[in-house]
This record gives sequence, structure tokens and C-alpha cells, in this order.
Amino acid sequence: MEVVGKYVGVPATQGRGWHSFDLKWLVIGSSVAVVAYLALMPLGFLLWQSFFTPQTATKAAEFTYDNYLTAYSSSETLKLFFTSLRFATGTSIFSFIVGTLLAWMNERTNTPLKPLFFALSIIPLIIPGVLFTVAWIMLASPKIGIVNLLLQELFNTDYVFVNIYSIWGMIWVDGLHYSSMAFLIMSAAFRSMDPSLEESAMMSGASVPQVAWHITLKLTWPAIFATLLILFVRSIESFEVPALLGLPVGIQVFTSSIYQAIHQYPSKIGLASSYAVTLLMITTIGIYCQSKLSGQGNKYSTVTGKGFRPRAMDLGGWRYVTATVFLLYFSLIVVLPFLVLLWSSLQKFYSVPSLAALHNLSFDAYAFILTYPTLASAVTNSLILAVGCATLVMLLTSVICWIVVKTKLPGRWILDNLASLPMVFPGLVLGLAIMIFYLNFDIGIYGTMWIMFIAYVTRFMPYGLRYNTTSMLQIHKELEESAAMSGASWGTTFWRIIVPLLKPGLMAGWIYIMIVSIRELSTSILLYSPGTEVVSVLIWELWENGQYVELSALGVMFIIALFMLVMAAQLVGKRFGVKED
Amino acid sequence: MLKVNALYTEYPNDKGEIVKAAQNVSFEVPEGKLFTLLGPSGCGKTTTLRSIAGLERPRAGEISVDGVAVYSSEQGIFLPPNKRNFGMVFQSYAIWPHMNVFQNAAFPLRVGTRKFTKKEIEEKVMRVLTAVGLEQFADREATKMSGGQQQRLALARALVMEPKLLLLDEPLSNLDAKLRERMRFELKRMQRELRLTTVYVTHDQGEALALSHEIAVMSAGHVVQIGSPRDIYERPRNKFVADFVGLTNFLDATVEAPDPAHDDGYRVNSCIGQLSVTSMDKFAKGDTVLVSVRPEDIELYETRPAGPNVIEGRVDFKVFLGEYMDYQIKIGDRQILARTHPSFKSPVGESVYLKMHPGKCITIQDNTQYRKAA
Ligand SMILES: Nc1ncnc2c1ncn2[C@@H]1O[C@H](COP(=O)(O)OP(=O)(O)O)[C@@H](O)[C@H]1O
Ligand SMILES: [Mg+2]
Repeated sequence: MEVVGKYVGVPATQGRGWHSFDLKWLVIGSSVAVVAYLALMPLGFLLWQSFFTPQTATKAAEFTYDNYLTAYSSSETLKLFFTSLRFATGTSIFSFIVGTLLAWMNERTNTPLKPLFFALSIIPLIIPGVLFTVAWIMLASPKIGIVNLLLQELFNTDYVFVNIYSIWGMIWVDGLHYSSMAFLIMSAAFRSMDPSLEESAMMSGASVPQVAWHITLKLTWPAIFATLLILFVRSIESFEVPALLGLPVGIQVFTSSIYQAIHQYPSKIGLASSYAVTLLMITTIGIYCQSKLSGQGNKYSTVTGKGFRPRAMDLGGWRYVTATVFLLYFSLIVVLPFLVLLWSSLQKFYSVPSLAALHNLSFDAYAFILTYPTLASAVTNSLILAVGCATLVMLLTSVICWIVVKTKLPGRWILDNLASLPMVFPGLVLGLAIMIFYLNFDIGIYGTMWIMFIAYVTRFMPYGLRYNTTSMLQIHKELEESAAMSGASWGTTFWRIIVPLLKPGLMAGWIYIMIVSIRELSTSILLYSPGTEVVSVLIWELWENGQYVELSALGVMFIIALFMLVMAAQLVGKRFGVKED
Repeated sequence: MLKVNALYTEYPNDKGEIVKAAQNVSFEVPEGKLFTLLGPSGCGKTTTLRSIAGLERPRAGEISVDGVAVYSSEQGIFLPPNKRNFGMVFQSYAIWPHMNVFQNAAFPLRVGTRKFTKKEIEEKVMRVLTAVGLEQFADREATKMSGGQQQRLALARALVMEPKLLLLDEPLSNLDAKLRERMRFELKRMQRELRLTTVYVTHDQGEALALSHEIAVMSAGHVVQIGSPRDIYERPRNKFVADFVGLTNFLDATVEAPDPAHDDGYRVNSCIGQLSVTSMDKFAKGDTVLVSVRPEDIELYETRPAGPNVIEGRVDFKVFLGEYMDYQIKIGDRQILARTHPSFKSPVGESVYLKMHPGKCITIQDNTQYRKAA
């Protein structure tokens, strides 16, 4: 327990032992309480609520199984379930294949343009899902999609070549969006595999297919499966793509159905809750299995002995093919979406690129957006929420992380799991749970920014925890001890040794959380009220109003702003890097 | 049996430049012998071994086994590693973590071109596991084993396929000192009993001297000397070898005249005085040479002994090391290291007499340090 006292930095020699005792328990106690409250209350209430009828002025809520009965007895739900599975399975497999191919190209071959691969880790941060989806609608919708129009002109038909409003369109867009995450995870997997495991099989007389089957595949399958699972979870909880591409043509998955159940009149909160609980069950199982599998994968990768140098395969002339594949991919996920947004933002009315349209370029849309009545407040709201959330999350999780990593407090693993728990919440489910909770426990924050603040902090707590854990683990115990041996008090040690060592991680995590908060949509969409809109919600509203040109202008500025933030983050967080995963 | 001729292997590095990792490497290993590639880290030992294994494709040269080429740049032959039937133990052991001990050792029999029945596999695997002392661990998960056990398993896996040639890449370097000593003897015993032709890579000179029939010392991609352990130690052909293999004193000297007192003898004028030395090269009067004397070949006396090569010096300081005692002797402004039995005791500051047998004072003509080629 001494260690805990020291953390607060009040030297015992100053005769204020009782004081430090109080402060220590105050800090730890309140952090634990906040984390437990944030992680457990909405979840518990969501479960609770899903068993009750709606409360009305004349009638108190009653216990009922009806919500589940309605949900599970209708054939609609079955259809919903299978559509969700199909969408998530398709998306995860597609993004996995693309991501793995790119990772293999980057880690194990001599494909040119390798520095560009680095960009893959930051793209999802700078192009938010809603803008990516909108851009792809502009590219591939049957009516206004550039791809269709160009092909139709070329072949002089009115045949619809690609239709983004379909399950395959949804899988395509969401799969592309998550492929860079697959790329990052699989790159790490390739990097941690000792090539001599394959080489020794080769020396044993195994043929190339035998090596691939008996060694490579069997060794990496925990990593493969874990990656597929996490991609599956991320796709089944993704909201933008199903809402923008699926809903207009009646393709419903859990997230879009939850959104619809709430946004109809009267809103069906009970039904939404039972969908949400089902979705939550799926993601929880997914995340649980995924963490078990990664544990197994780590067991495999720690057995390798000395450092090794994976050999880059010489592709010969094929390396130009792989470089082309990469360029094609890069244009699909960055260049085309951004260019189409830029193009449409410079139009008066949305039209397809052509020489004639080139003469009509105008900055009207930008002027419109910059004078848009709610823009200023949305930007302010976004910034306040992002900065506040990032700061609180990093501080809170640094205390939690310190307890988990550096003390021997019994039960500290519970704390770790509690703070990581929000990882299983799909953004929309979290929004729903928090909405219901504060509707019922009216402490005056419903409809204010505070409710969004609470939601953001809950949602991003796991990220903060991970950034802090990474840097906390790097602070070797001997660094603290040698400072103590040099005569430094614990307070001095903390400020002169620990904080400077922790700072890069804190900064990187802080900026990362700022960025993900700014582009957050799926939680905010259920919690905002007039006056508390954030920028991503504004984009959503513009879309619903059909103001595509204005939306594009806002989108372009938004992407540029996020890009500059990410660049700043890269500069600050060189040692830790800021990346999506 | 194994013949490596004018082998060149290169890598492109991260900046796209070429690293000349092995250059003009040639040697021969007779049937049943253990041949060692010895040199500091980064000198190209692993590269040479991997080229023999077929895991790297050399740029030029020829590698043949029993007169049959497995690689030849001239004839355009490159036999892939899985067709060469060489056993190899990797530095990291490369034990497959998803298989148990038995499965690891049985793998080469299951995937090879020759097919074995279940019973044959069982017999063969248990025989090699017994040979390396792992028979009671057959069902153990491979990752649950200690470093020493993993090393034996890697050896068993290489032996079970009855390879034509055994390739070992620093097999003992991941073990702690005690275990390393023991495994060194076990390896030697096993190699001598099985009479397996072996190429052994190490950066540890003690290991190389203890195990090998023949040693090739490498530096910056080149083989700088090949010889028996005794040759390498007692007759280093250049400064690099003398310095890398064991401790030595280097003395600059000028040749005065041949010494009629013994074969290949010369009288030289060195920086610590007149010496009688041995040389394998021919010199003329006035040539500058480098003389190498190992510390253990220097005898110390408190009174002047009879015989040639006696030089007076003063004890500068001394270190007690248990089995022996190191003395730093000052002669003029030169420091000479001498290693004696601990029973010789002479206080610091005392004058002592050094006696060096002329046969142990070796001239080194090729004085050029091999520079890193990269
Ligand atoms: N895959 C590789 N790519 C580039 N350079 C390499 C590679 N493997 C080895 N090298 C370089 O080749 C040289 C010899 O390496 P190596 O044969 O591993 O040395 P040793 O085994 O003697 O320590 C070193 O300079 C090393 O950096
Ligand atoms: Mg090596």
C-alpha cells in the first residue's frame, strides 16, 4: 500500500501521512467509481429497460417479456439477423482479404512505394465513415454515380453498371473502409512470425504447399481468426453504411433498425432495446473470443528466440503488378472519394464532371457553409467535446492503468476489464443506453452537452487505457528505483522521471481520442438536441436535407482539418504513433 | 564430400545498396568431419551456411556434395532446400509451437519424399529422441521446454531425416554458460559417433577450437584462414586471426638475419628487444614484420633464466583469476600480457624476466586488417 501513497506524491516525511492516505484513497476511489459508473450503469439499465413497457403519464412501467417476444417472434427479426450476419461476414472477409494482401506486399515483398503504405494507417482517421459513404454514393449510385454515368456515356446505353444501394454495395464500401484496419493487424502478425519456422520446415523436406499448410497457416490461424472476428464485430456495429446505403432500399441490419425504431413516431424504445441487447450479445461474444485468440497467438509468437530479419521476397517483374494493385487500392480509398467530394463542393448544383461543368465552378457552397447558422456552434461543440473528452479520458485511464500495472492491489484485473468493457458497445447501442438512462434518471443533463460528454468518455475509455498501458509498461521498475537510489523523493521521481516518460504516450493518446471524438457520429446521432449538434451530425443533417453540394464543401474542410490534426499527432507521437485499430 | 567453390552471396539492404555478405568463399569438408566457420558477428557465417542450405540463392559460385552440384552458377543449377536432404539447426531453434515434441521430430519423416509407415516413424523418432535424451518428453508441448531441451529437439529433428550433411548455426549461443559447456561435449561426442559431415557456425573461438576438425576464420565476408584448431591458434596467418582467436601480444619488429639455431628461425629487432622468432615466410634483412606471442607462452622468472629470448621488465599490475594469474609487464613503454600459474608470485613494481620459446614467437606477414566490405 506504500506505493499507492507515494503515487499522490506527498512525501511521508512531511508528517502528513494521514493526509496522503486520504488523498490517495480519494483519487483511487473516485476513479474506480467513475469507471464503474460509466461502464456498468447504462448497460444495466439497457438490460433492465428491455424488460419493461414504456412508462406513460397514466401508466407506470410494467415488467414484460413482450419486447423480446415481439422482436424474436417476427419473421422480420429473423431476416434482420441474417441480413446483419451476411453484411458483417461479407464485409469482414472482403476487408480481411484486401488487408492481408496489402500487409503481405508490404512486409514480405519488395513492392515499390513502401513509404506510401504508411498512409494506410491514418486514412480511416481522416476520412470519417459518413463522408466515405457519401463519396461512394456520388461515385456509384445508379442515378447520379459518376462511374455509371461515364460508362453509360461510353457504351451509349442506360444500363446500370454498379449499384451501391445493395448488400454488395454495402459490403464494398464498408469493407474498403475497414481494410486498412485489417492491414495494420495483419502487418503486425507478419512481423511477429519468425521466418525460420518456415525455413526449417523447408529444410525438413517439405514442399512449398506443405510448408504453407502445416506451418504458415496453422501457426497464423489464431491471428487470422482473431482478425476476422474483430472485423466482424466492427462491421456488425457499423452504422453509417447500413443507414445511408441500406435503409433507402429496405436492407435492414441491427444498427439501422435501432435507429429507425427510435426515429419513428411514437418511438419504440423497448424494441430498439431488445435489438440493442441482441447486438450487444453478438459483439460481446465476438470480442471475448477475439481476446482469447489473440492471447493464444501471442503465446505462439513469444517462442521465437533471437531477433530475426524477415526476408523480402523478390517479386521480379511482378513487383510492378503489386505496385499497381496498391495504387489502385489507394485511389479507391483516398483519391477518388476525396476528389469526388472536392468536385461536388465546387458546383452550384450537383453534376457529373465534364468540360461544361468545369466552367460552372464556384465557391458558393463554401460561402454557404461558412455562413450556415449552426456551423459555428457545431464546430465549438465538437472542439469542446473532443478536448474535454480526450483530457478526462487520458487522466482517468492513467490512474486506472497505474493501479493495474504498478500496484499489487487485489482485484485490479476487474478494474482493467471494467475500463475495457465499453469496447463491446456499438456506438449506437451506447447512445441508446445512455439516452434511456438519463431519460429515466432525470438529473437535468438530457438534452445538454453533458450527456454527449459522458457518452464520449465512456466510449473512448478503452483507447485511453491502451495508450497508457503501452507507455506505462515501458517504464521499467529499475528506472524508478535508480532515481530513488540517486536520492530523489518519490514525488521528484514521479515528476522528473515518470511523467516525462509517460508524456509521449499521453500526448499521442490525447490526440487520438480528440480525432475519434471529432468524427464520432453513431453515438451522437441519438443524443444531440437542437443547439448541441456536432460537426458530424451537421453533415448527417445536410445529407438528410439533400444538400449534397454544401455537404461536400463541409466534408472537404473537415477532412483537411482532420488531416492537419493527424499530422500534428504524428509529429508529437512519433514514438507511439497514432493509428487506427 | 562438401565442396564450396568461389561462393558469392549478396543482399540488397533497405536503402537499395548491395551488401556483399559472402565473397569468394571456398572450402572443402571431408566425409565425417566437423568443419567450423568462425568469425565475429556480421562477417557472413550465417549467409554462407544458408547458401549451402539453399535458403539463399548465391550470386555466383558452386556448391557440390559427393561431386554432385546442388548449386552452380555456371551450369545454372539450383536445387531447392527441400530437395537437398540437409539437416539444419537454426539459431532460434525454430521449434514449431503448435506441435508437441514428438510431432516436431516426426515432421521431416511425414513430409519427405520417402514414405514411412506409422510404426517406422514411431521407431525412428523415438530413437533420435533417446539419443538426445528427450524420450520421456515426447508428449510434452514443445513450447513448455527449456532452452537446452529445445536445442536438443532441434538437433533431433535435423537428425531424424538421416541427412547427408548437418548444418548448425550457433546452436549453443542461446544457452547459459554451464549448459553450453555440457552441450559442447555432447555435440562433439554425437558427431564423432555418428560420423556425420557437419558445418558448424559460431563466433565463439573456444567452441570452435574444442569441436572442430578444421576451422575457417571469416572476416567481412572473406575466409581469411583455414586450418586445424592447432594451426589456427599456434600459427595464425594474419593479425586478424591472431587477435580474434585467443589473446595475444603484437610486437613490431625488423628482420636482422636468419637464425641458424632452429628451422625457419629469424633474429629480429623488436620493440622490446632482440628476439629469436619462427616464420613460415621467407624474409630478407630489413623487412618489417609483426610478431605475435600468446600470454600463456610467456614464462616469468624472478632471476634471469638461461636460454634465448629473455627480456627484463617490471610488474605493472596483476590480476588473480583462479586457475591462472595475469601479469601486465612493462618493458620500456610497452605493456606485455603474461599468463602464469598462480603459484608464481611477484609483487607489483618488482623486476621480472620474461622467457619466450622461439617456436612460440610467430611472425605475421599479412598485416592488413580486413575491413568491412560494405
Ligand atoms: N536478409 C538480409 N538483408 C540484408 N542484409 C543482410 C541480410 N542478412 C544478412 N545481411 C547482412 O550481411 C552481413 C552478414 O550477415 P550474416 O551472414 O548474418 O553474419 P553472421 O552470421 O556472421 O553474424 C551483415 O552485414 C548483415 O547485416
Ligand atoms: Mg549469424
